[in-house]
Amino acid sequence: MQAKIILSSEEIRKAIQRLAHQILEREPNLKDLALIGIQTRGVCLAKRIQAVIKEVKNEDLPLGVLDITFYRDDLTAIGLSPVVKETHIDFDLNDKRVVLIDDVLFTGRTIRAALDEIMDFGRPKSIELLVLIDRGHRQLPIRPDFVGKNIPTSLEELVEVKFEETDGVDEVAIIPKGEKTD
Amino acid sequence: MRWKRKDLLDLESLSPEEIEYILTTAASFKEVTTRQIKKVPALRGKTVVNLFYEPSTRTRISFEVAAKRLSADVINISTEGSSVKKGETLIDTGKNIEALKADIIVVRHSASGAAAMLAQHLKANVINAGDGWHEHPTQALLDIFTLKEKRGKIQGLKVSIIGDIAHSRVARSNIWGMIKLGAKVTLCAPPMLIPPAIEQTGAKVTSDLDEALKDADAINVLRMQFERDGVEAFPKSSEYFKTYGITEERLQKAKKDIIVMHPGPINRGIEMSSEVADGANSAILEQVTNGIAVRMAVLFLVTQAKNEKKHNSH
Repeated sequence: MQAKIILSSEEIRKAIQRLAHQILEREPNLKDLALIGIQTRGVCLAKRIQAVIKEVKNEDLPLGVLDITFYRDDLTAIGLSPVVKETHIDFDLNDKRVVLIDDVLFTGRTIRAALDEIMDFGRPKSIELLVLIDRGHRQLPIRPDFVGKNIPTSLEELVEVKFEETDGVDEVAIIPKGEKTD
Repeated sequence: MRWKRKDLLDLESLSPEEIEYILTTAASFKEVTTRQIKKVPALRGKTVVNLFYEPSTRTRISFEVAAKRLSADVINISTEGSSVKKGETLIDTGKNIEALKADIIVVRHSASGAAAMLAQHLKANVINAGDGWHEHPTQALLDIFTLKEKRGKIQGLKVSIIGDIAHSRVARSNIWGMIKLGAKVTLCAPPMLIPPAIEQTGAKVTSDLDEALKDADAINVLRMQFERDGVEAFPKSSEYFKTYGITEERLQKAKKDIIVMHPGPINRGIEMSSEVADGANSAILEQVTNGIAVRMAVLFLVTQAKNEKKHNSH
């Protein structure tokens, strides 16, 4: 089975533009708004959304970076020894309206871990979830507020998001399990 | 890379990559310790047992704080003054602790190889918190971490380890770790406190303190261990301070930004003067802070190794 490209570079660009504008529609004055990206590709996505908002509103939204490794509930089950990346939130989260950003929404367990970690940093007024791809198969009652594209998948498939910053190319593909390149 | 070791027993057997991996993980944990809530759930539901056959404050508390910041439960067992002996009894104690469903045993023992022996007989993760004159890997890791944090890298740094090398497990772990990461290590002590054949590690040996201080980027000053056996054949403390004690006057001949480390507890006025211990070059309290991050990393990584093994078996 071959990798199937489901979003091209241009389609990703348009999706990000649209997502940024959806945030602006809902939060036109940007007051107390903050972005938090989940390592690694959620951070790339968050930075791009930040850039689009800057273009439109000429304002830099605070951007935090979250590594959820220490909050995972599946370390025992998957036996990973993951490379831990940095968590960096240098603004006060209290009473902020946070948009939590990740590339792919799948079981929802990453988001659960991210929510727990954010709560340990402060008490935001609200948290909304933005993802580029929602591939279904949720195991927890979590739903996104902003979605770039819904893609029905089977559990035998993997969704691979590539960004220029991390992978040299903008592309989203569905690939058969066991052939993931990273 | 992936961490594969169920135990951390020494630095001698680690690869440079493994040491770097611990340091990188420790850097992430250091960030955790700067948060308002300094605790993450990574080891929630795990039990850590500190099994100390020798007195220790700093190391035990450091492991305890590290384990608690990972959300583990901690039990401290101090066998000081009890009739517990080496050999089979150590294994028996270990097996009993394991039967209580402890996940990680942190052991300090006066016999070299004690931690390795426990590790051989137990499924629990074993971390060596000092075994005889052999090694004290987490101390060296926190020394290296501190140095790396201050200088960006270890490669090419000149590090002098000064003091009772012969009776120091801290020295041995430091020598292995620093040399593996590319530091140039010089050992400095009175001749009777230099162990035989130590040059085989790649370290340079001298009895001249000025030579050890000259050009050094960092010095790691060891504690004089008066409480240990076999330390009698050794100059009096006042005599030692005169010849090998680190004073401000002596440091004037060294690099201006020389980093002064000490594993603690300090004998002020014996290994170094108070002015140096509390001075601008001293990294001694930073070492203590970094020790928590390094031990969090080690506790976390050894449990991940066990998981991987379990995972592969089905």
